[in-house]
Amino acid sequence: MMVALLVLIPACAGSVAFFVESDRFRRVLLLSAATAQAALSLATWVVQPTPALGGWLAEDALGRLFETLTSLLFLAASFYAVAYLREERSQSHADFEEGFLFSNAREASFTGCLLFFLAAMTLVTVSQQLALLWVAVEATTLASAPLIYFHRHHRSLEATWKYLLICSVGIALALLGIFFLAVAATKPDGSTIPLVVQELSSRAQQLNVPWFKAAFVLLLVGYGTKMGLAPFHTWLPDAHSEAPSVASALLSGALLNCAFLGILRTQEICVAGGLADFSGRLLLVFGLLSMAVAAVFITGQTDYKRMLAYSSVEHMGILAVGIGLGGTAVFGAMLHVINHSLTKAMLFMVAGNLLAVYRTKNATDVAGALSVLPASGLLWVLGVFAITGSPPFGPFLSEFAILKAALDQGQAFVAIVYLGLLAIIFAAMAAPALAMAQGTPRENVVAPAARSLALSAVPAILGVGVVMMGIYIPAVLTRALREAARFLG
Amino acid sequence: MSQLVNSILVLLVLTGFLLLGSSRLAACIRAVAIQGLLLGILAIAVQDGQLSVAGVLFPLISGVVKGLFLPWMLFRAMREAEASREVEPFISYNLSIMAGAVALAVSLWLGQRLKLPSQPPSSLLVPAAFFTSLVGLIVIVSRRKALTQVLGYLALENGVYAFGAAVALELPVLVELGILLDVFVGVFVMGIAIFHIGREFDHIDTDKLASLTDQLR
Repeated sequence: MMVALLVLIPACAGSVAFFVESDRFRRVLLLSAATAQAALSLATWVVQPTPALGGWLAEDALGRLFETLTSLLFLAASFYAVAYLREERSQSHADFEEGFLFSNAREASFTGCLLFFLAAMTLVTVSQQLALLWVAVEATTLASAPLIYFHRHHRSLEATWKYLLICSVGIALALLGIFFLAVAATKPDGSTIPLVVQELSSRAQQLNVPWFKAAFVLLLVGYGTKMGLAPFHTWLPDAHSEAPSVASALLSGALLNCAFLGILRTQEICVAGGLADFSGRLLLVFGLLSMAVAAVFITGQTDYKRMLAYSSVEHMGILAVGIGLGGTAVFGAMLHVINHSLTKAMLFMVAGNLLAVYRTKNATDVAGALSVLPASGLLWVLGVFAITGSPPFGPFLSEFAILKAALDQGQAFVAIVYLGLLAIIFAAMAAPALAMAQGTPRENVVAPAARSLALSAVPAILGVGVVMMGIYIPAVLTRALREAARFLG
Repeated sequence: MSQLVNSILVLLVLTGFLLLGSSRLAACIRAVAIQGLLLGILAIAVQDGQLSVAGVLFPLISGVVKGLFLPWMLFRAMREAEASREVEPFISYNLSIMAGAVALAVSLWLGQRLKLPSQPPSSLLVPAAFFTSLVGLIVIVSRRKALTQVLGYLALENGVYAFGAAVALELPVLVELGILLDVFVGVFVMGIAIFHIGREFDHIDTDKLASLTDQLR
C-alpha cells in the first residue's frame, strides 16, 4: 500500500492540477503533494513497506536510495518552482537571444506535468518487474517533454522534438532488449522465469547466455540514451539548455538517475549470472567515452547551461565507470549518484538565477555575479568547484573512491584516462566560472530590487548538503549505500 | 494457420517497402496503418487455437489504436500543419528501396543465426520483425519531415511488437497495456509537437531544426 501511495500521491495531484484555475491553490497543491510524498519516502526507511501487485512494486535497498533521492530533490525543486513561476509572471517575455516575444505554457499544465514526472520517476524506482520498469521509463519521457517546451519558442521546440524522438527510439530498442531477456529466460522445456529482478537474479545461472548478452547490449543502449551516455547523448545538451532551470535541475538530478537504475537492474542479473566481466567492460568503454566527449565539448563552451549539461554527461560516464569497475568502486558510484544529483540540481537552479538577471546564456557576457547576486554568485563558485571534484565537497570523495578502486584493481590505464579527463574538465570549467563570478558587471545589469527568498534559499540548502556529504556521511547512509551496492558486484 | 501467418508476414514486408518507396505522405501513413492492423491479426493468428479472452481483446485494442486511431491523428496533424504532401527524403527513393533490400537480407541472415528456445509459428516471423524495425530506423534517419520520423518510430515499434509475437511472449496484461499506452501517448505528444512545429516554422522539416549547436571558442 505504501509503495503504491508513493506513485499515486503525485499522480492524483497531477491530474487535479491540470484543472485548477486558481494559481494560489495549485501552488499549494504542488507543495503539499511534494511534501507528503517526500515524508512518505522517508517513512519507508523506518517501516519496510509491503510489496504490492504480487511483488512487482517493492522497495529494496537500491530502489529506496534512488526513490528517496528523487523525492527530496523534487521537494526542493517544487519550492524553487513556485517562486520561479511567481517571478515569471512579472517578467517580460522577450527572448534575450533573438529579441522576439514569446508566451509561456499554461502554468496548470506545467505543474501537472511536474507531478506526473515525479509519479513516473517514482514508478521507475519501485518497479521490480523489468517490463513495468520499461513502461515507467518511457512515461518519464512523455511527462517531461512538455516541461522542456515551457517557453514557447522555436529553440525550445527544437529541443523538445529531439528529446522526444531520440529518447523514444532509444527506449524502443530497450523494449527489444526486454523481449530478448524474456527469450533468455525461457528454458528449453518451455517454462519461463518471470521478469522480476529477484527471480532472474536467483536463477541467473539458468539464463540462455547469448540471448542474455544481446539483451544487455540493447538495454544498455536504450537506457544509456536516456541516461546521456555518449554517443547517444545528443539530446541532452539541447534539452537541458532550453528547459526552464527548475526542469533542467530535475532532468539532470533525478531523471538521469532513473535511467541509470534501469541499467543497474540488468547489471544485478549479470553479476548474479557471472557475466560481470562482459557487462563491466562495456560499461567501462561507454563511461570513459562519455567523459572524453564531455571534456571535448566543455572546453571552450560559451553557453554556461550547456556547460552544465555536458558536465552531466561526464558524471554519467563516471557512474558507468564506477559500476564497470565493480568491487569497491560500486560503493563510490552509489555515493556519487547522491553527490552529483545534489550538486547539479543546485548549479542549474543558480544558473536560472543568473539567467534571470543577466538575460544571457553566454558565459563571456556574465561578469561580477558575486557583486550583483552575492548569494547565487557564491553558490555558483562553490558549486562549480564541487562538481569538478575539488575537496572538501561530496563529489571529491566519491570520485576519489572510484579512482582508488581502479588503482587497487591494477587498472592503471583506466585510472590514468579517468584522472586525465577529470583534470581537463576541471580546468575547462573552473576558469570561465570564476570569470563569471568576478570582475565588474556591465552597466545594463542591475541588481534586482527584491527576488523571492526561495530562489536562493533552495540552492543554498542543497549546497549545505553537498558540503556535508564531503565532510561527514551519516552512518545510516553509509549502511544504506553498502546495501544498495551489495548486489552490483 | 501457418498459411495465414505466412501471408500476413509477406504483407508486413511489403508494407515496409511501401513505406520506403512512396513519395506521398498519405500513402506512408496508410502503410503504417496497415502494419498496425496486420499485427493485430498476427497476434491472434499465432495463438494456435487456444484463444483466451485477453488473447483476443488485447490484439484487437492494439489493432484499433495502431491501425485506425493513430493514423487518423497523423492525418489530422498533416492537415493542420499544412505540410506539403511530399515525403522529401534526404536520399533518393531508389536508394531507400536498396537500403530496404539490404535490411531484408540482414534480417533473413539474423533470423537463421538466432536460435530461439522454442520453434516460432513461422520461420519468417523473426526476419519480418527485424526487417520492420530496420525500415523504421532507415525512415527516421533518411527523411526530412517530423511526421515521417514519427512514422519511422511507429514502424520500429511495430517491428519490436512483432518480435514479441514471434517468441509468443506471455507478457502480463498490465504490461501489455502499459506498453500500448506509452506508444499511444508518445505518438499523441509527437502529434502535438508537430502541430506546434508547423505553426512556429510554417513547415515541418526537421533539418531546419538546427539552431541548437555547440558554439565553442
